[in-house]
This record gives sequence, C-alpha cells and structure tokens, in this order.
Amino acid sequence: MKAVITVVGKDKTGIIYHISKALYEHNVNIEDLTQTIMQENFTMLMLVNYEMMECSFDELKAALNVAGENLGLSVRLQREDIFDAMHKI
Amino acid sequence: MALIAKDIIETIQMIEKDNLDIRTTTMGISLFDCISHNPIITAEKIYDKVTKKAARLVKTAEEIGKEFGIPIINKRISVTPVAMLGSGADRDDYVEIAFALDRAAEETGVDFIGGYSALVQKGFTATDLEFLASIPQALAQTQKVCSSVNVGSSKAGINMDAVKWMGSIIKETAYLTKEKDSIGCAKFVVFANAVEDNPFMAGAFHGPGEPEAVINVGVSGPGVVKSALEKVEGMAMDVVAETIKRTAFKITRAGMLVGKEMSQRVGVPFGIMDLSLAPTPKVGDSVAEILEIMGLEKCGTHGTTAALALLNDAVKKGGIMASSHVGGLSGAFIPVSEDAGMIDAVISGALTFDKLEAMTSVCSVGIDMVAVSGDTSESTLSAIIADEAAIGVINNKTTAVRIIPAYGKKVGDIVNFGGLLGSAPVMAISEYSSEDFIARGGRIPAPVHSFKN
Repeated sequence: MKAVITVVGKDKTGIIYHISKALYEHNVNIEDLTQTIMQENFTMLMLVNYEMMECSFDELKAALNVAGENLGLSVRLQREDIFDAMHKI
Repeated sequence: MALIAKDIIETIQMIEKDNLDIRTTTMGISLFDCISHNPIITAEKIYDKVTKKAARLVKTAEEIGKEFGIPIINKRISVTPVAMLGSGADRDDYVEIAFALDRAAEETGVDFIGGYSALVQKGFTATDLEFLASIPQALAQTQKVCSSVNVGSSKAGINMDAVKWMGSIIKETAYLTKEKDSIGCAKFVVFANAVEDNPFMAGAFHGPGEPEAVINVGVSGPGVVKSALEKVEGMAMDVVAETIKRTAFKITRAGMLVGKEMSQRVGVPFGIMDLSLAPTPKVGDSVAEILEIMGLEKCGTHGTTAALALLNDAVKKGGIMASSHVGGLSGAFIPVSEDAGMIDAVISGALTFDKLEAMTSVCSVGIDMVAVSGDTSESTLSAIIADEAAIGVINNKTTAVRIIPAYGKKVGDIVNFGGLLGSAPVMAISEYSSEDFIARGGRIPAPVHSFKN
C-alpha cells in the first residue's frame, strides 16, 4: 500500500524533519523522495509505504496537515493508484 | 522515483485548479422483488431494501475521495422504473411509493434518488396511466425524488399521446412548485432512447435489464479539458481532437479507479463509466467555455455545433480506451442553468433556443435545464419535446428535455434553483401555436433505418 505525499510552498529549514517525524510516529516508511522547484514553488514529493501504519489513513492525513500548518506549507496525502491510473497505460 | 514528478503535479493541478472531480457515483438497485399485492407494503419493502443496500454508499464514497484526494461530488441511487412496481396501484399509492423513496434518500444521505419513471415509448399499460397522473404530486411533495419518462425510441417511434401528456405534467408540476421557482420541473426529464444505466440526474433509473445492484460512475472535468486546450491555441482541429482525447483518457481512468474501489468496498458489482463532461455553475467548470476556447467569441455563434460535435466525439474516443465498460449518456452535457458560460451566452443574446436545439443533435443529451416563460402553453412544451424526441429517434441517440416553465416569470427574468441546479435566464421561444399538431396524438412510426434485423 503506497501513497504520495506532496509538499508545496516556500522552501525553509526543517521540512523533511517535520514531515518524516510525523511519518515515523505512525510507522510509515519513506521509499523515495525528490525535490524540485515548480512554477516558483518549492515542491517535495515523497513515495511512502503505509502497510505497517499504526493509525487510519484519515489520522495520518490529519497529522501531516498539522505538520504542514506548522511549516506554513500545503501537504497532500494521496494513494499512489490515482497517479498510476491517470498516467500509465 | 517510479512516478514522474510532472505527472503528480499535473494530477494535483487538475483537481485543485481545474475542478477535476468524480461527478457522481450512483448505486442502481433493482426493486422487482419489492412488488406485493398491496402498494403500501410495496412502499415499505422499497424503503427497507434501498436503505439496506445503500447503507454504506455515502460513507464509502467519502472515504475513497479522501484517500485518492479527488472529490466525489454526488452520491446517488437509481431504482427500477417505479411504474413497473405498482401492481394494482392507483395514483395516490404511487405517491406513497415516492414518499418511501424520499425517506430512503434522506436516511442514506444521498443527494437524489432517481427512477420514479415510466417507459411508454410504444404505449401505456393501465398502471402507467395511474403512474403518470401521480408525477406532479410526487415531485411537489418530495425533496430528492427524480422522475423521468421515455416517450420514444428508434425502434418504437414516438408515442405522441405521451408527448402530449408530458406538456400537462410539466405545467402542473411548475404550478405546484411555484413558490420555489417551479423547481419540481428541474427534477423531471422526458427522454427518447433513454439508457438503462445512466448515473446522472434527473434521468437516472435502474433499467429492467440491469442486475440486482450495480455501481455506476460519472466523471467530469470541463475545466481540465479547457485548461489542456489553452496550451494548443491556434493549432489545427486535429490537435484539438487529440488533446481532448488524451485528457478524457486521464479523467476516465481516475473514474474507473474510483468505480472499482467503490464496487469492491460496498460489495456490489461495477456497472459502467459514464464519460460525460458535466458542467457546474462554477466559473472554470463550463462546457461553453471549452467551445469558446476553440475560437468562438461566444457559445451559440456559428461554428458552435461543429465545435460541440468534435468535443463530444473526442471525449468518447479518449474515454472508451480508458474503460472496459462504458455506458450511460457519455458525451458533453449542455444544461443552461448549470453552466456559467451557457448562462452568460444566453444573457448576452449569443445563444438562442433554436441554436441550443441544433446543438442537441450532436451532444449527449438535449434541451436541459432551460427556463421558459411561465405562460408557455402545454402544447408548446409538448411540441418542444416532440422535436427533441425526433432528433433522438432519427439519429439513434438519447435526447432529453428538462424544461422549466417558471411560474410568473417572463423572458429576461432569472430563475434561481440554487446549488448544482444553478440559475437560468428565461429564454425566448416561438410565439406561434403547435396546438393542432399536438392534439392529433397517436404514434409517429419508427424510422426506416431502425429495421436492422
């Protein structure tokens, strides 16, 4: 079970720390990570595996939102399947 | 990364900026096993069955929407055409069934429940007559029940007695709901070549050839198509068609994913994907704006029919490759009140009723959510329906009429329904009579090219 986390906003210190802390606390593993500047926005994409997650999808989403709010960035959590479905034949 | 960053960002932009959403997930439920000798018992059984089958529909759709990060706007139920269920029922009994459906819709939390319907393309049964007489009351006294009547098909021709009756049903419904801008008429649609698996309202019903229960999904995304076309400005029509196809493919795949997941979680087989571009009153979620981005100053000017034909066809071609089961209405919807660009085109005088009728010959439905003057006669409404039915029957396509003769309103007034139903400027129609034409009744025979066996 994999999901994509998208973090968009202004670059600053501690982004990876805060996001990965939330993931660690819920036992979610980071499998891949990439950062880029898109349309003048700092964008970080994370592929995570949540098979061993110790909470519900909703709770993880809420925890990431809290981390995002503290950083002043928008954080999205979406199952990987949606991107696969739309962009792979 | 296995996924390409550009693709991830594109999907997120489609959802957040261009209003990509799953417009509806509709559970079709067969009610044939609810028929009993007593219509009141039938109504009770209907309530029990619908509330049991669809108990988890809304909650599951919301969960899936959150997990994929794509909104599922409407959750709906369609049922077996109710006219078929009322063994021995009179019109009051049928209204009781409408109440049961309304209560079931309330209990399950869905937006609308469709299937207060009859299929009378070739003629009426005794119970059909009672059922049709109950429609205005049923629409006036319920909140969430949607009704439809099929009056013609390419195989059967057009039942002009039914067409005649529809004019009076629409007028009576407009009167009974006059306090709310005749909103009852927005929940009633008259079809030719109605489809049995349409997930969109007001015309959804669960056809008699359908299984026990199914999940049908309708996708949307006019804003996404518009956004994609903005990037190919000035290029040839081939490029326009190809761009729409590619976009429709992506939208449909998102819908398929949601449909399969819904079906698995609620334990009901997946039925079909309806590949429709359904607009909403929100700016940037408009089919008219797509036509305008193709190079038309305003929707409704010369070239609009050609642009819509291209759009409708390309949406189907892209979507068909993305889904193994395509059905419903599939194409572009052109409801006036639910599309900001269409409303604007009517107000500015660019889009007339007659042009709209021409457009319906190449889109997926018909005269949809059009408000006309409250003093429009029954026979004129029937004649509008006859014209639309003829377009459908001759061209082997579905056509529909959802028209609102808004009580007390005149051409130029605005009728306000609120929510997804939007608001509509009252449109001008011909002032000449069709009275004697409609008074003839009878049946218009099926066209010669329908004899294919």
